[in-house]
Amino acid sequence: MSRNLILGGALTGLFLLAAILSFTWTPDSVEAMDIPNRLQPPGAGNLLGTDHFGRDILSMLMVGARTSIAVALVAVGIGMGLGVPLGLAAAARDGGLLDEVIMRMNDLIFAFPSLVIAILITAVFGPSATNAIIAIGVFNIPVFARITRGAALSLWTRDFVLAARVAGKSRTRISAEHILPNVANLLIVQSTIQFSLGILAEAGLSYVGLGAQPPIPSWGRMLADAQTMVALAPHVALIPGLTIVAMVLGLNLLGDGLRDALDPRLKVVRT
Amino acid sequence: MMRYFFKRLFSLGLSLIVASVVIFVVVEVAPGDPATFMLGINAQPDTVAALRTELGLDQSKLARYLSWAGGMLTGDFGMSYTYRTPVAQMIADRLWVSLPLAIYALTLSTLIAFPAGIFAAARRGGSGDLAVTGATQLGVAIPNFWFAMMLVLIFAINLSWFSAGGFPGWDVGFWAGLKALTLPAIALALPQAAILTRVMRSSLLDILNEDFIRTARAKGLSARQALWRHGVRNALIPVLTIIGLQFAFLLAGAIIIEQVFFLPGLGRLIFQAITQRDLIVVESVVMLLVFAVIMVNFLVDLAYAAIDPRLRART
Repeated sequence: MSRNLILGGALTGLFLLAAILSFTWTPDSVEAMDIPNRLQPPGAGNLLGTDHFGRDILSMLMVGARTSIAVALVAVGIGMGLGVPLGLAAAARDGGLLDEVIMRMNDLIFAFPSLVIAILITAVFGPSATNAIIAIGVFNIPVFARITRGAALSLWTRDFVLAARVAGKSRTRISAEHILPNVANLLIVQSTIQFSLGILAEAGLSYVGLGAQPPIPSWGRMLADAQTMVALAPHVALIPGLTIVAMVLGLNLLGDGLRDALDPRLKVVRT
Repeated sequence: MMRYFFKRLFSLGLSLIVASVVIFVVVEVAPGDPATFMLGINAQPDTVAALRTELGLDQSKLARYLSWAGGMLTGDFGMSYTYRTPVAQMIADRLWVSLPLAIYALTLSTLIAFPAGIFAAARRGGSGDLAVTGATQLGVAIPNFWFAMMLVLIFAINLSWFSAGGFPGWDVGFWAGLKALTLPAIALALPQAAILTRVMRSSLLDILNEDFIRTARAKGLSARQALWRHGVRNALIPVLTIIGLQFAFLLAGAIIIEQVFFLPGLGRLIFQAITQRDLIVVESVVMLLVFAVIMVNFLVDLAYAAIDPRLRART
């Protein structure tokens, strides 16, 4: 096991645990305000201090982790659920009309600056966690379609696929039974990367007020709230920011570690 | 080459048409009528109807699309619903902030990434390489708007070297304008520099494995000479592609950073327009950004094809 895998796995695991734990227990309530106790620095009473309403920052981060993870996870699910079948279908008919249409559509989505469209979608349909998921998920589709197609194309030239064709299996069956299992490693590693990008995107959207709405705590909005307080109490901006960095770093390290462990030659996409 | 050029030109045109239709449709789905929004919910129905006629909202969707798309071809982006000024003028004003910001950020990220990437590749596996790759891991993990807040905290609030936000305009002087864009540019450049450093490093490592590098070494060049004379130059091609793409995305990526620093750029324009239901401004700004990305892709493809004839044959 590489250092990346251990460190990344540990960080990711820690955040997942904190998010799950927050369903049953948090150090303090995230809704109870305690104004006299506001903007307290980290200390014995509140481990990571309090925000401008006197809410416990550690508790808010734990519940916020839930939002971030849920949004990023479902967005990856959308990207995989639609992108992988499209990529498989495109590769199965390499050079055909279907391939051409799918890949041109991919290029088109790639041409849209993702952030602008995310803002457009959330602005048009109203800001909410669901719309943030859709906005982020849409941009995961071409990523998964492209890497799946790329990997599948080279598999289609292999002897075991030829054997399956000679045996009379349909292209669909070959895609499902022989191609998909062989691109699984790549998809796992890419998912980790997209997951970390999703966390960053969700933080950005909720920072500008287009993600999960109050009273649901989210890391991005904690930073937005902190912006005017930063001179008075730097910890309200410092701590949520470092939390995002730690989570994204953990996922990236996990992705690198998984790639090295599964197959160092995997062609992942980083944007 | 000509055949390839026209083929690419055709697909460029097609992409732009499809993109404009998608943008128009998405924005038109938006709930809320601009005329009602401008006049308030208590407005008389006939006043609203008159304004709708004036803004051209009573025409069919197809007619409105055609007049919008057709107008853009001649540089006429229409009139803003809210401000009654030409959209082209509003965008041009904002571009004077967003464009220099993007160029500034791109320059910074290139200035960081080139030396860092070359340094790391030349010391592959060494402690210098580890330090650089570690820094890039951190660089891609930091949300740029948070980094921006930290820059404000340190350099504007604590040290008072820069102002915390706002833009004085270029009229007060080039250096004053540049100074106001410095913190935003640094915040934007950081993650881009991290990505670019990685690309530079891995591209250079690929090249250093090539036979011609071994040949260069065999004829007596030192590792350093081989790296600079034969390695760096060849490694630049993929790096330039990424720089081209980053430029278009920096224009768009500045949206959140402009919010942090209260800069009157394209990002602020699009946010204002969305909240005021100034649909035509939203459509035009998004279309402009998409156009920039598609155009850069097109130029990069052409440049590649001019350099490498094999690419022409493939598509």
